[in-house]
Amino acid sequence: MSLLKDALEAGKFGVTAEMAPPKGYDFTEQMEAAELLRGKVHGVNVTDMQSASLKATGLGLCIKLKQAGVEPILQMTGRDRNRMALMGDALAAASFGIDTMLALTGDHPVVGDCRNAKPVYDLDSVGILRMLSMMEQTGCDCGGNELAGGAPKFYKGASVTPVYEPLFLQINKLRQKVEAGAMYVQTQGIFDLDTFKRFLEAVDKAGIKTHIMAGIIPLKAAGMAKYMNENVPGIDVPQHMIDRLAAAAAEGKEKGVKGLPMQLGIEMAAEMIAKIKDEKLCDGVHIMAIGAEKNVPTILDKAGIAI
Amino acid sequence: MIITQKKPLDEVMAMVADAKTVAIVGCGSCATACQTGGEPQIAELTAALEQAGKKVVATTVCDYCCMNLGVKTKMKAINAANPDCVICMSCGDGVQCVAKNANDKPVYPSNNTMYLGEAVKFGVWEEACRFCGECVLGQTGAICPITQCAKSLVNGPCGGAKNGKCEVNPENDCAWIKIYHRLEATGQLEKLSARREDKGYGDFAYPRTISLRGKK
Repeated sequence: MSLLKDALEAGKFGVTAEMAPPKGYDFTEQMEAAELLRGKVHGVNVTDMQSASLKATGLGLCIKLKQAGVEPILQMTGRDRNRMALMGDALAAASFGIDTMLALTGDHPVVGDCRNAKPVYDLDSVGILRMLSMMEQTGCDCGGNELAGGAPKFYKGASVTPVYEPLFLQINKLRQKVEAGAMYVQTQGIFDLDTFKRFLEAVDKAGIKTHIMAGIIPLKAAGMAKYMNENVPGIDVPQHMIDRLAAAAAEGKEKGVKGLPMQLGIEMAAEMIAKIKDEKLCDGVHIMAIGAEKNVPTILDKAGIAI
Repeated sequence: MIITQKKPLDEVMAMVADAKTVAIVGCGSCATACQTGGEPQIAELTAALEQAGKKVVATTVCDYCCMNLGVKTKMKAINAANPDCVICMSCGDGVQCVAKNANDKPVYPSNNTMYLGEAVKFGVWEEACRFCGECVLGQTGAICPITQCAKSLVNGPCGGAKNGKCEVNPENDCAWIKIYHRLEATGQLEKLSARREDKGYGDFAYPRTISLRGKK
């Protein structure tokens, strides 16, 4: 059964990373990153055409990761596939031993790079979780028909955005996701622990019991942080972090050394992870390195995390 | 009301390219309100057709192009003029109803049919309902998440709102944030916690017929 499930249920600090399939059919880069992640994380989320940008399907990369001995987490959005296609993918995934998934609503096609695609949204994140839970409980498919050989079981997850106004809406939806079968939750990238603590208090107050994994996005440059603040919903990088990155860039320029902001981003991410673990704020971290997956082992080393 | 928009004139002219004589049928309800199928638009189209060397042999305005009985009556004069073709200036429903009553003459639309909308002020129409077939407005503060949420989400918002605006079109407020504020104002926030059952699509295969007579 799911490596992530085993870790979280045993009270260990869960660690997951994230990876996007290529825009193409050469998976070399992803498999090289997978080599570096093997044994370092409890799972690697494979995104489902994140930002509605066309990529090879996530199930393909999940299968490759599984075959390479790295535990994949199949992200499933309702954007491109109706309930039949989603359930079919779940069954196919299970046949390859993929046992961990994460349900998302999915970014709308018009914000992506294939904007004429028809948005499906037959099911949202809650609907996907409910459908899989129902399948597990009844052994039946989405039409109520018996599955041959019974239903596969997934360790099911969901996402949540801690920086959101009104937060009530996110907490309310989180509760629905958990009731629908989400057993762990990965958050949008967090950069301020006080804000994160307030979110955790709200989850607690609502009586929601689930494993929460804090989203960590290692910053690469001040420009990236500013861009995300302006364009990515739920991201709020504090000004003092942006200033530190800008200062690192200036220092690098002066000394003729490249990559100082990225190194600082790695340090800041490691620092945050270490604090989260030391203060026992939540059950684990989910590191979204956005193309720089090779840095994840370094971040974990610096944070003193070994699984 | 059904919101329509005029097709580009070139597109209409291309449809009637082979016709020498044309009849025009306007619509006295939604298309008149949308300024796409009333008397002034019939006059405009007539002038354009005549400038292109065609003869407009008859025009009429049906009270509702979507009501077969009334259309049947109005079409008598159109059919009597024996045009090469008919242009219908209504919604897609009206065009089909007019065509059923146009004998063997081709009927062409001059409008694109956009949505069921509300006239929020003169000349501005907002999409309001997507005919989902199972109205949820009673649970959502009379704000439709099927229409006003770009993803038609029924269990609450996605994480995509930025400053309360929709990720799909930043000019639009997030439907679920609007629903939240409305339910807060009416003291009904508990409605957000209610579990919403998936209605599915099995009973909504089109084309459908609703008959009070118990048969089609």
